Amino acid sequence: MTTTMERRAFIGTLAKAGLVLAATSAGVRRLEAFELPHEHGPLAGEWEPSVFLRIADDGTVTVTCHRSEMGQGVRTALVMVMADELEADYATIQLDQGIGDNKYGDQNTDGSTSIRSGSYMKFRNAGAAARMMLEQAAAAEWGVDASAVAARSGTVVHAASGRSLPFARLVARARTLPVPQPVVLKQPSQFRLIGKDVPGYDLRNVLTGKAVFGQDASMPGMKYAVVLHPPVYGSKVAKYDAAAALKVKGVEKVIEIPGAPMPSAFLPLGGLAVVATSTWAAIEGRRKLVVTWGASPNDSYDSVAYRAELEASARAEGKKVRDLGDAGGALAGAARKVEAEYYAPHLAHAPMEPPAAVAKVTGDACETWTCTQNPQASRDTIAAFLKIPKEKVTVHVTLLGGGFGRKSKPDYACEAAFLSRETGAPVKVVWTREDDIQNGFPHTVSLQRLEAGLDASGKIVAWRHRIASPPISSVFAPNQEYHTDSELSLGVLDMPYEVPNVRVEVCKAPAHSRIGWYRSVSNVPQAFAISCFMDELAHAAGKDPVEFLLAALGPERVLDMTKTGTVNPVGNYGAKWEEHPNDIARHRRVLQTVAKESGWGKKLPRGEGMGVAVHRSFLTYVASVVHVKVGPKGEVTIPRVDIAMDCGYAVHPDRVRSQCEGAVIMSLSNALTSELTYKNGRTVQSNYNNYQVLRMSQAPKHTAVHLVHSGGPLGGVGEPGVPPVAPALANAIFAATGKRIRSLPVGRQLAGGPVAVPAGSR
Amino acid sequence: MPSVSFKVNGQRVNVDVPADIPLLWVLRDQLNLKGTKYGCGVGQCGACTVHVKGVPVRSCSTLATSVAGQDVITIEGLSADGTHPVQRAWEELDVPQCGYCQAGQLMTAAALLAANKKPTDADINAAMEGNICRCATYRRIRGAIHRAAELAAAGPSRAGSGAPRDRED
Ligand code: FES
Ligand code: FES
Repeated sequence: MTTTMERRAFIGTLAKAGLVLAATSAGVRRLEAFELPHEHGPLAGEWEPSVFLRIADDGTVTVTCHRSEMGQGVRTALVMVMADELEADYATIQLDQGIGDNKYGDQNTDGSTSIRSGSYMKFRNAGAAARMMLEQAAAAEWGVDASAVAARSGTVVHAASGRSLPFARLVARARTLPVPQPVVLKQPSQFRLIGKDVPGYDLRNVLTGKAVFGQDASMPGMKYAVVLHPPVYGSKVAKYDAAAALKVKGVEKVIEIPGAPMPSAFLPLGGLAVVATSTWAAIEGRRKLVVTWGASPNDSYDSVAYRAELEASARAEGKKVRDLGDAGGALAGAARKVEAEYYAPHLAHAPMEPPAAVAKVTGDACETWTCTQNPQASRDTIAAFLKIPKEKVTVHVTLLGGGFGRKSKPDYACEAAFLSRETGAPVKVVWTREDDIQNGFPHTVSLQRLEAGLDASGKIVAWRHRIASPPISSVFAPNQEYHTDSELSLGVLDMPYEVPNVRVEVCKAPAHSRIGWYRSVSNVPQAFAISCFMDELAHAAGKDPVEFLLAALGPERVLDMTKTGTVNPVGNYGAKWEEHPNDIARHRRVLQTVAKESGWGKKLPRGEGMGVAVHRSFLTYVASVVHVKVGPKGEVTIPRVDIAMDCGYAVHPDRVRSQCEGAVIMSLSNALTSELTYKNGRTVQSNYNNYQVLRMSQAPKHTAVHLVHSGGPLGGVGEPGVPPVAPALANAIFAATGKRIRSLPVGRQLAGGPVAVPAGSR
Repeated sequence: MPSVSFKVNGQRVNVDVPADIPLLWVLRDQLNLKGTKYGCGVGQCGACTVHVKGVPVRSCSTLATSVAGQDVITIEGLSADGTHPVQRAWEELDVPQCGYCQAGQLMTAAALLAANKKPTDADINAAMEGNICRCATYRRIRGAIHRAAELAAAGPSRAGSGAPRDRED
């Protein structure tokens, strides 16, 4: 057995070796009542070579996943990476889900960062260091040179003599050894798991109903609560009558939750909580509440009127954010001028699992179990809301039934914590689907005006882009009425096309709801506008769209992002441009791949068409071709979608494919059916009957994913599949019908009738 | 409060319930069978699908009192050891992403296959239309239903090996 001293010494030496290590997690308190099946916690005496890795005396390997699993496969990928470098047996590895703790570094499962920004190398380094120490321990045991032995799937083998020892027999010695310098990582040719397809870590539990999501967390003595939230952002309870609600059997209390003043950041909206002995009683009680809501400055928010406001805003000069050459002069002198306006509505995340949290407050301490994308922000926000020290808040992360950005915002966990303190009992807050759609953090609404000039040869000589779209910053600070540089760096300021004269302006767009990031964020509307406009320009120039895009991208080179004429530096998803350049060769390659694989240019029957778009986001390059069929009544069917992705290197190729498959359909939902609108300050939609997402019959008949292995630096995977698909669809509709889709969703815009919506879903 | 008695996954249960409570909340909150999920509460998403007398029903929109005396099967009881053909096929194709909708998808698919040994794509569209997957695993669900039909025809066998699979791009 080792002592804490030894472990500290070990951690110290590892830290010197440049490994990412932090304090021991031995101090983590185990919860008496509710333990997640995927959360084990450290055992006494375990060897802990890294905050992400522990090896017990019996050889049991436990990997800590510090990011949240929401379908993107992070729990599988991180175990694969660790197991591969450590040469552990994937099938026997235990997975521990990390609580919110700064020792893990950034835990915000957001921005498609979990693999690309650090975890991949951190996990590889930790696994490789421990593997080398186990090998050295075996070599010492046998009195042979360490180079003569090799770890293999949980044992170390001396090939020359045929001897082998399991990790269990080596841990005691290995942990006393100095950390190897340098740590030698495997060569890619030696990978046994990385780059291969491995069954999902949680697969069996999901298939047998054992997986625990936030909605499934429970504790003995727990109360259930649902909250009646203000229907309009900024409104508060003026007066209420809870008598009828309290008569519902099982309802125990009605408690007012104070709403944070606007801008309310991640804090709760406030409202009335019904606390009961079951979810159903709480839901029934809520229906019986009689409430008068106070006035809000957002009471008149109306999506139809607001669209007109955005159009007027974008038709006047805005604030300059990029000015290269002389766009105004070049537009005036162009042989041909094209202009168009694009509208994309608010969207709701609508993850299949609505938000939920269980909290237990004891004195000034709070323990919570929740489906959160960001346990550290959950911890800090609960601490701020309850005015307790954040060191006293423990956030356990369940599986997430989808996230898409919604579950980065921990208002629901704050509600549970507040109610636990008020009732003195553990409380589970359940958001219903109606809460989720009506009281979330909707994706921004966007109106974009684009103007371009072509020369006589059809080359783009001038480009003016105006964006009117409420920024995410409006939920954190007052007077935020313009799309920000960080949002414009999602497709607009980093636009790859070779144009000598470019001007980008932001136009006023005050927010009247909370605004939150949604899978791929402002890339959704911005890729839609730019990629549709490029298609319009191709047709104006009389060119094939793929040829036109390749010509506009220009020759293979790396763009100098310091010479774009932007007022402020262009963001790059948190990465340095030197490490992750805007690489035209990679844009071209995904575009050429998707064109070839989709059979671009082939003759199609009347009423069918193909559209294309290419877009870089989250450091990954994606191009898509959508093949669409529009029926005589305007019904849209999608025989096939091709999507080519270059994320540098695919750690888990099959999961990269499934993320692309999902992104294609989410983007098609955004384009075809989904729209969150407001009237009198309230959302019009409430559930899946009127907030529509694609179903089985509407999904593309074939989806072909083409992974382009460029060997480039790792990019994101979860989000970058989304942006190019919606514009490729709109461009395909133009090819099929001659009608431009400049406003989303397609809905009923196509002549003669609605798009196909399944019976029973309206 | 009425008391209702029915069979869940082969076991007889007797619970006191409010007259208007949907079966979903009895399963989840009272019987602790949390594999059946809440997604919409109004019969729109299929996350709550269970079998009543072998027929797939939306438990969020089925009164608990209406299943008195009947046989209810939830995902926990779909098979004794997780090797129902749909579970094996789902595993082979690594269908789930987040997994939240999948119990409902599996229950609907299992009922489809019980009634139709070799469903066509059109049959699958019709049967699965009420089951939303926001992660959008539809392509794999369709493939897994076809695969499950083959597995069911071939008879019982062991679950997948769990070994890594090499794939061509
Ligand atoms: S929860 Fe029953 S259909 Fe959605
Ligand atoms: S797998 Fe996530 S909702 Fe279907």
